[in-house]
Amino acid sequence: MSSAEARAAAEHAARASYGRLIAVLAASSEDIALAEDALSGSFEAALRHWPSQGVPENPEGWLLTVARNRQRDVWKAAATRTAAQLDETAAAHDPLDSRESPGADTPPGSYDPLADHDPLAIGERRLELLFVCAHPAIDPAVRTPLMLQAVLGFEAAEIARAFAVAPGTMAQRLVRAKRRIKDARIPFAIPDRRAMPERLFPVLEAVYGCAAISLRQGPDSLAGEAQYLAVTLAGLLENDSEAWGLASLTTFALAWSRTDGFVPLEEQDPDEWSPRLIADGEAYLRKAQPSGPPGRFQLEAAIQAVHADRRRTGETDWAALNTLYTALLVVGPSLGAAVAAAVVAGRLHGPETGLAALPSDGVEAFQPYWAARADQMMRAGLDASACYLRAAELTDDVAVAQFLRGRAVVATSAEESRAPGSA
Amino acid sequence: MRYTLLMHYSEEAGQVLPPEVLEEGRRAMRSYAATLQAAGVLISAEVLQSTASSTTIRVRDGALQVQDGPFADTKEQLAGTFVIDVADLDAAIAWARQSPQAQWGAIEIRPGATHTVAGVWQPNT
Repeated sequence: MSSAEARAAAEHAARASYGRLIAVLAASSEDIALAEDALSGSFEAALRHWPSQGVPENPEGWLLTVARNRQRDVWKAAATRTAAQLDETAAAHDPLDSRESPGADTPPGSYDPLADHDPLAIGERRLELLFVCAHPAIDPAVRTPLMLQAVLGFEAAEIARAFAVAPGTMAQRLVRAKRRIKDARIPFAIPDRRAMPERLFPVLEAVYGCAAISLRQGPDSLAGEAQYLAVTLAGLLENDSEAWGLASLTTFALAWSRTDGFVPLEEQDPDEWSPRLIADGEAYLRKAQPSGPPGRFQLEAAIQAVHADRRRTGETDWAALNTLYTALLVVGPSLGAAVAAAVVAGRLHGPETGLAALPSDGVEAFQPYWAARADQMMRAGLDASACYLRAAELTDDVAVAQFLRGRAVVATSAEESRAPGSA
Repeated sequence: MRYTLLMHYSEEAGQVLPPEVLEEGRRAMRSYAATLQAAGVLISAEVLQSTASSTTIRVRDGALQVQDGPFADTKEQLAGTFVIDVADLDAAIAWARQSPQAQWGAIEIRPGATHTVAGVWQPNT
């Protein structure tokens, strides 16, 4: 096997199992940074051994075993440093020795450590890790970045780009958060039922952030993984309607995510959407059966379901969207929801109404505002080119910027043809 | 794992609150200490006198500097500590939120690094 093939197999295993393996490794040590170091060490070992020895039958189990050995080496080294008296086994074992010897790197072929972990147990380890990342003692601003790294395996530099901060700053925040988890001993545990209401919302928020960022990452994105995480979370919690709302919402978003440039949802051909993902999104939404009024994620999922229904009916039910946005603005008011609600009002009652309904506070650097304003102005026959350009400036998504610049050109030529004296 | 609960609150309260409210506070503190003791998590607790009786010292260039008052002159002052030994931060938060002081002040939960046992430093585990 060539080293390129081995690298491809290791990379595939990395993408497919990173989050699962970190969750299992960190659960035993409650030390995320150590789990990450151990796992990256085992990926390096895979790149060294797989080209000559072939890819093992169970790559995930191989990686886990090697990573576990590395964790043990670090523990033994730490015990050697701190123990007042060396015990015989610790003294006889030189961790540096085993780290470099191929024998220690290569687990016995017959042993499958993942067999110890039924899928549900792995799910629970991941759930525990989510609750650690979104613990109230962790700065809310670092919760989503921490999940992206520790649970989904994004690089610190990629996360920094998504959050528009310097890579060094983001790396430092992540290191600090992981040290804090270890030093303050934030438990790797699923909170009990009494604590669940106050603990779950930050987890859902942060998973929502992961899904939103993953969707912008292009063809190689982990959007499917973020959606899988949301669905796993809902499945493990069983009866939480907001968790099912989030599962539904992320599934719909995946159904119309595309890799060939940006097209607004309204202008997409519903026949290109994934019927399987839409059916899943609808099924998850049906599982959300709130005892009280529906929460934010269920309402957002219901909004997606209305859009999805265009596949069946051929048109968008703007009146239903209007009702849902009105509810959303009560349950979870946000600038984004206010802008989207104004767009819906514009479709129902005309672009002048839409323009009047747009919020005016704090919109100066809010990209969706400028995109929505440009669209409404265009529909109202006004010169929208400046708004389109402003919206293009404010996005960090290349495909979206390209789309908006294209619209600005259309808006300019429309304006020229309207100008007195032309044609 | 040992955590120290550092209780911070405004010292003015002690001067302006009516006696029956203060007595109610003392009763709550007795019951809180008894609860921690019964749960087997209490290592020690101490409520401090006001910073009016505090003295802060430094040695600079071999000379002792004695200053009247607390180390930091802030609106809210360190007023007492509880040292507890519990499994993790969630358990520490669960105990701290039951403290009477949480109702009127703020409680900082600091994990311990080392502490002495019979005069010898021990790591916090």
